[in-house]
Amino acid sequence: MTTTTAAASADATELTRALLTAADPRRRRVDRTMRILIWGAFAVAMVPLVSLVWTVLSSGFGRISLDFLTLSMRNIFGGDPSGGIYHAIAGTLVITALATVISVPIGLLTAIYLVEYGRGALARAVTFFVDVMTGIPSIVAGLFAVALFTLILGPGVRIGLIGAVALSVLMIPVVVRSCEEMLKLVPNELREASYALGVPKWLTIVKVVLRTSVAGLTTGILLAVARVIGETAPLLVTVGVTDSINFDPFEGRMMTLPVFAYRQYSQGLATCPGGESATCVPDIAIQNGWGAALVLIVIVLVLNLAGRLVNRWFSPKLR
Amino acid sequence: MTTTASGPPVQAPARRRTRRRTTDRGFNRAFRWIAVGSGVLMLAVLAAVALFLLVQAWPALTASEDDLAASVPRYPADTSLLAYVGPLVFGTLLAAALALALATPVAMGIALFISHYAPPKLAQVLGYLVDLLAAVPSVIYGLWGIFVLGPAVLPVWEWLGQVLGWFPLFAGTVSPTSRVLATVSVVLAVMILPIITAVSREVFLQTPKLHEEAALALGATRWEVVRTAVLPFGRSGVISAAMLGLGRALGETMAVLMILSPGFLYSFKILTSAQHQTIAAYIAADFPEASGLAVNTLVATGLVLFVITLAVNMGARAIVARRKEFSGAN
Amino acid sequence: MAQRIDVKDLNIYYGDFLAVQDVTMTIDPQSVTAFIGPSGCGKSTFLRTLNRMHEVIPGAAVEGTVEMEGVDLYGPDVDPVAVRRNVGMVFQRPNPFPTMSIRDNVLAGVKLNNRRISRSDAEELVEGSLRGANLWNEVKDRLDKPGSGLSGGQQQRLCIARAIAVKPQVLLMDEPCSALDPISTLAIEDLIGELKQDYTIVIVTHNMQQAARVSDRTAFFNIAGTGKPGRLIEMDETSTIFSSPAQKSTEDYVSGRFG
Repeated sequence: MTTTTAAASADATELTRALLTAADPRRRRVDRTMRILIWGAFAVAMVPLVSLVWTVLSSGFGRISLDFLTLSMRNIFGGDPSGGIYHAIAGTLVITALATVISVPIGLLTAIYLVEYGRGALARAVTFFVDVMTGIPSIVAGLFAVALFTLILGPGVRIGLIGAVALSVLMIPVVVRSCEEMLKLVPNELREASYALGVPKWLTIVKVVLRTSVAGLTTGILLAVARVIGETAPLLVTVGVTDSINFDPFEGRMMTLPVFAYRQYSQGLATCPGGESATCVPDIAIQNGWGAALVLIVIVLVLNLAGRLVNRWFSPKLR
Repeated sequence: MTTTASGPPVQAPARRRTRRRTTDRGFNRAFRWIAVGSGVLMLAVLAAVALFLLVQAWPALTASEDDLAASVPRYPADTSLLAYVGPLVFGTLLAAALALALATPVAMGIALFISHYAPPKLAQVLGYLVDLLAAVPSVIYGLWGIFVLGPAVLPVWEWLGQVLGWFPLFAGTVSPTSRVLATVSVVLAVMILPIITAVSREVFLQTPKLHEEAALALGATRWEVVRTAVLPFGRSGVISAAMLGLGRALGETMAVLMILSPGFLYSFKILTSAQHQTIAAYIAADFPEASGLAVNTLVATGLVLFVITLAVNMGARAIVARRKEFSGAN
Repeated sequence: MAQRIDVKDLNIYYGDFLAVQDVTMTIDPQSVTAFIGPSGCGKSTFLRTLNRMHEVIPGAAVEGTVEMEGVDLYGPDVDPVAVRRNVGMVFQRPNPFPTMSIRDNVLAGVKLNNRRISRSDAEELVEGSLRGANLWNEVKDRLDKPGSGLSGGQQQRLCIARAIAVKPQVLLMDEPCSALDPISTLAIEDLIGELKQDYTIVIVTHNMQQAARVSDRTAFFNIAGTGKPGRLIEMDETSTIFSSPAQKSTEDYVSGRFG
C-alpha cells in the first residue's frame, strides 16, 4: 500500500518536473533573438548619436574663445581667424525672443480654450489642426512669412520680424500641445473648490489653474523655445545673412547661429597665398561652423535641462 | 477646407452657452472671448499659411511655360510646372520613405528597450537622452552627415554597389563623394529616430500593467508579453509616431541641402550623385538669390510640399481615429 | 489534474524590505484555499510568489521553497514561463486584452504555446473553456466582438476562461470579485465551486463571507504594524477558522473587531 502511494507520488513528481522544466525551445529561441535584436537596436542607434555629440564637442571646442563669442564677422575675409559669432548669437536671441513673445500668449490662450472652454465642433477642429500644424515643414513656414510680408512690405525685404513670424508658426502648435497637457494635469477638484467659494471662472483659471501649473507651463515653453532656436531653413529665406551686429528685428538683415553655421560650412576652404599662418587658416570657415554648432547645441541643452529642472523643483505635488 | 471649417462652428457653441448661462458677464465673458479668439486664430493661421502660399504661388501656377523657362533658373523649355515639380516630389518621397524604413524598426526597438527591457534607472536616463537628441538642430545633423557619416559609410555604399548592383536601388556608379541620397536617408533616419522613439516609448509605457500581467500569467515570455499586450495596445501610437517622423523627414531642409549633390531625375539610383533633389532643399538653395517669377515658382513647390505633409498628417490622425474601437483606451 | 503545493519557510522581499516573513503551509489539491487578512498583510504578495509573478517587479526576491508535488518552483532548472503556464492567475480587475476579440482572448495563452492549432480544435477549446467559465451562452453569438465590450462580471469570467484554456494545474485568484456587483460575484463564486473538481484553487479575498462560502481551508495573514513584515497567523479548515480559531487575532478579525 505505502509502496504504491510512494510510487504514485514519485510519478506525480516526475510529471510535474517535466511540466515545469518544459521550456519550448522555439519560444525560448524567439525570446532570446528578440532580446538581442532590441538590445542591438539600441546599440546601433547609440553609435550615430554618440558620434554626433562627440564630433560637435571635439570639432567645436578648439574654436571657442572670448573673441569668438564677443566679436562679429564684420570686415573678416578669407582665412582670417579673428572674428566671431557675437552677431549670430545676438540675432538668434532677438529673433527667438520675439517669436516667443508672439507664440506664448496665443499658444497659452488656445490651450486654455481647449482645456477650460473647448467643446463641440470648434474645439475638435482646433485640436485637429493644431496636430496638423505641428507637421508643417519649417521651410514652408518660412515661405509663408515671406509671402505675408511681401504683400505688406513689398518683395525682397529681409528683417528679423519675418523670421520671428516664421518661427511662431512652428512654435505655436508646440506651445499649445505642451500647455494643454500641463493644464489637463490640474485636478478638477481644485477648480470646483474655487467655484464653490464663489470665484468667477476667469479668476479661477488665472489664480488657480495657471498658478498650479506654472512650472509645467514654463517647462513646456522652454522646450518649445529649444525646438525652434535651432531652425535654419525658415531664417535662411526670411532674415537673410549679414556679418554685422544688428539688434533691431524691424530693420535690416540679421545673422543667426544656425544660419551662420550653414553659411560658414558652404564657404568651404579659404585660399591662403602664403600658406597657413596666424592670419590665414584655410579651413577657418569650417572651424567657425563647428564652433557655432557647439554654442548652439549648448544653448539647446541648457534650455532643455532648465525646463526639466523647473518642472522637477517647482511643480506642486498633485499626487 | 480650413477656411470653411473655421466659419460657422465659431459662433454656434458660444451662442448656445450664452443663452444657457445668463450670469456670464463682464470679465468672465471677456476672458472667454479672448480664449475662444485664440482658438479661432489658430485656425486662421493655418488658413493664412495655405492662402498666402496660394496667393504667392498663383503667378507661377498661371504663367506660361515660356515665361517660366525664361525667368526661372534651370527650368527646362516646354515643361509644365507639374512636370517640373514631379522629380522634386519624387526625390522628397524617396528620401523620406527610405529614412522611415530605416528608422521605424530601430526606433521601436529603442522604445521597447527603454520601456520594457532596460533596467529602470538606465531607462530613465535614456529617456532624457532621447528627448535631448530630438532637440538637436538640423544644421548640426547636416554638418555631421557631411563630415563624419559620409566618409564612414562610403565603403558600405561601394560594397553594396558591387554586390547588389543588380538591384535597382543600388544600380549605377557609386559616387566617391558620398553626397548621395542613400547618405541623406541615413542622416534623415538618425534625425527622426529620437522623435519616433519618444512618441512610441510614451505609448508603450502607457500599456496597462493589467494587460501585461495577464499575458505573463498565461505563461508568456518577455517577448510574448510585448507581442500580445504591448504592441497591439501601442499600434496606433506607433503609426502616428512614424507618420510624425515621416512628416519631419519630408520637410527636412538643411541636412539634405548640405549633403546631397542635386539632380532632377526620376531615378532610383540612391548611390549615384546628381540624381535627386528634395523640395525643401531646393527652395532653401535657390530662394536667397531668386526674384520675380522664380520666387513664385519656389513658393508653388513649397505649396506642393505643404499639401503633401498635410495629407500625411491627416492620414495619420485618421488611422489613429479609426483604430479607436480596439485601442483599449476606453 | 490538480496538484498540491507545499510552501516552506518562505520570505518575500521588495529590495531590502521584508514584505512577508516565514510562511509555511500546504495547499491541498482539488480544494479551495482562501487567504484572508487586513490590507497590506502580504496575502496578494504571497499569492504572486506561487506562480513567480512576484519576480517581475524590479528588486523583488524570495527565500525558501515553494514545492509543487515535490518540485521546487524556484529550482535552478525550472522555467518561470512554464510555471506560469501551469499555475494560472485571475486578477483583481478583469483584464481581457482590449485589442483582441472574445475568441482570441480565450485562445491567447494557447496561441503562445503552439502557433498551429487547427480550426476545429480551436473552436472546441473556445467553447469548452467558455462553458467551463459559465460564459458560453452569453457570448456564443458575438465571439468576434472585442472582449472589452462585456460587462465587468462577464469580463472576469472571460479571464477565467482564458486562464483555464491553457489547462493549468493550479488557479490563483487575487480578489477576483472586488470590482464586481453582487450578482456577478455570485456567478463567480458558483463557478469556483465547479472548478475545484479539476483544479487546485487559491483565492485572496477581503470578504470574509465569501471566504466562508467558497473555501475549504482558510489561511489568516496579519501584520504587526506599518513597515513590519506580514505573517501567516494560522491556517485551518474554514469552519474552524470562523467558529473556533486557535489565535486571538484571528478571532478578532473574523468577528469584525479588527481591521
